[in-house]
Amino acid sequence: MIGAEFVALSLPPILIGCLAAIACAIPGNFLLLRRQALIGDAISHVVLPGIVIGFLVSRQVSTWPMMLGAGGAALVAVLLIEVVRRAGKLEPGAAMGVVFSTMFAGGVLLLEQSDTSSVHLDVQHALYGNLESLIWLDATGWASLFDMQALAGLPPELPRMAITCLIVTGVTALLWRPLKLSTFDEGFARALGLPVRALSLALVIMAAMAAVAAFDAVGSIIVIAMFICPPAAARLMTDRLGQQVGLSVVFAAISAVTGYVLAGYGPLWLGFDNSVSAAGMIATMSGLILALAAGFGPRRAPRIA
Amino acid sequence: MAGASPTRNWRRSSAEMWGLGYNAALVATGAGLLGAAAGITGTFLVLRKRALVSDAIAHATLPGIALAFLVMVAFGGEGRSLAGLLFGSALSAWLGLLCVGWLTHATRLSEDAAIGAVLSVFFGFGILLLTVIQSLNVGRQAGLETFLLGSTAGMLYSDALTIAVGGGLATLAALVLRRPMLTAAFDPGYAVATGLDVRRVDLAMMGLIMAVTVIGIKIVGLVLIVAMVILPPVTARFWSNRVDRVVLIAGVMGGLTGLLGALISASAPNLPTGPIIVLTGSAGFFVSLMIAPRRGVLAALLARHRYQRRVHLRQGLLALAHGHPVYERFTLRLLSRAGLANPDGTATDKGRAAAARALLDESRWQILRADPAQEIAASHYDGLRPIETVLTPDQIAQIDTRLAPRPLT
Repeated sequence: MIGAEFVALSLPPILIGCLAAIACAIPGNFLLLRRQALIGDAISHVVLPGIVIGFLVSRQVSTWPMMLGAGGAALVAVLLIEVVRRAGKLEPGAAMGVVFSTMFAGGVLLLEQSDTSSVHLDVQHALYGNLESLIWLDATGWASLFDMQALAGLPPELPRMAITCLIVTGVTALLWRPLKLSTFDEGFARALGLPVRALSLALVIMAAMAAVAAFDAVGSIIVIAMFICPPAAARLMTDRLGQQVGLSVVFAAISAVTGYVLAGYGPLWLGFDNSVSAAGMIATMSGLILALAAGFGPRRAPRIA
Repeated sequence: MAGASPTRNWRRSSAEMWGLGYNAALVATGAGLLGAAAGITGTFLVLRKRALVSDAIAHATLPGIALAFLVMVAFGGEGRSLAGLLFGSALSAWLGLLCVGWLTHATRLSEDAAIGAVLSVFFGFGILLLTVIQSLNVGRQAGLETFLLGSTAGMLYSDALTIAVGGGLATLAALVLRRPMLTAAFDPGYAVATGLDVRRVDLAMMGLIMAVTVIGIKIVGLVLIVAMVILPPVTARFWSNRVDRVVLIAGVMGGLTGLLGALISASAPNLPTGPIIVLTGSAGFFVSLMIAPRRGVLAALLARHRYQRRVHLRQGLLALAHGHPVYERFTLRLLSRAGLANPDGTATDKGRAAAARALLDESRWQILRADPAQEIAASHYDGLRPIETVLTPDQIAQIDTRLAPRPLT
């Protein structure tokens, strides 16, 4: 299993899956603690209209217009949720439901109306990505990792995801103290003069960035699952934020690796011919980890109010 | 995305309604009934501030659909029976609901995190099972993907009938259970005191939401069904403050949305039913958000503008009463339009009279507010309200005896 074939076919998807999972899990921690966990859900739904509009404007299936469209749609959705919540005096959940279902429905309609049948752009792809297809054809073995010519043939999703992951990690590290303060005690943070609203916007933008980049590579199921499951599992293990974020990264990586391996090789071990959806398996693994944490985690008990 | 050939299963019938096929008419009726049931039930869910639970339920149906298909195929069936698939989806939706409850109550995670976790994991597992079905190569492509976004193309007569009957039953059940659900949503304590088992009412409510979801996924799709549960109640909320009316409006709104959406979608190609129904509903929402009396955005803007004018008018009159000409442009425009001031900012005769009245009112208020015994009456003071609306003529006459004579200019 560990050979040329592995390097070419499995290593890039595993790495991309890991990076995507980690990039989503890190902002997910803060969203979870701020009770905004479902923002990730909303963002990953509105990505669809975003890429469709990106495609319709640019008339080509290239990455940048679509990612710009997706990012724009995410921001529009976040603003619209806030507007609807205030103007309609609705609870956040209802406002979210109104906005993301409307935008998603609009996206599906646009897709059906426009002539996109000739290109590879469909709802299924948006939902569960195609992690399995991100292969590295130029690789001939482990030595290719040091071969510049072969490295140039890496799927472009890999460097993109790596950069996104680096940015998310870097911004989180940079804003660590203010983010922590404003997450746990917003009033105190404001009293200290921290720009609380800007911080919360920065967090949402970071989440949107991770979601858009990850969705392109792995589809939105993984995005939603990774925003919530690893941080939630980590939250049941520890009371310290640093440890929680660290654990969530570990859980995310474990889900991605085991999920991909089980989806790719599991059915073969059981004697079937075809592999199953890696995105689905990764989400399932993260759910299993969460279930274990919820059953046995040392800090799982509900707070006594 | 659509099934093979829509027309093949289309049972052409003499009973064509609205120039559509019999099936399309039946689908539209089903969507209408379903929308009504979703609207009524959704109202209670939204009142309990648990709107997005329905999203978790909807996504949790997918593994059940896939498993039901696998089981039916394993027992030699074709695996396409809608009733069988819906039964499976109900089972897994129930399991998802139990998981949300377990994560919320047995751990310290909040409900939104539990919803998100259940939603994504069940959905992911469902997609996993769909790829398993594909790889089994059973020769009969299940077309289970249509449950993601809904599809009415190629729908069998029996399917449409199942949906119409199910929607009707759900509407009926929601109407019957309306009273207890209302009590439980508004005042659980009172509900318990009157002998109502709130847990069982909650269970019934969730059961209904589940029923609506399960029936609706074939038409609207499990990604979007949440909109049918949330949109009608939040739209209806703009039009009334009385909960029984909100329930009624939500039911009507949901029914109309389903019916209209299904009809529009049947009227032209490339108009997928689910998204069209959702967009019809959200058009209703955004229109209501803008134009609803009192709670709408336009009404709020108008009220704000009216308030602004009253404040400016009052302050302008008081300035005139003190003999100051008015220079502020907005105030001057208001005053001169009412014939109270000349363009140079001085008062007209009519303006002097009005200014005197305003000053008298203000002076009376000042005496009232200086009297500790009149604290409650004085609390009505907002700088705009005429004192006659708070005090009786007798009381005003009493205050007037304490007015210092002051020359008016």
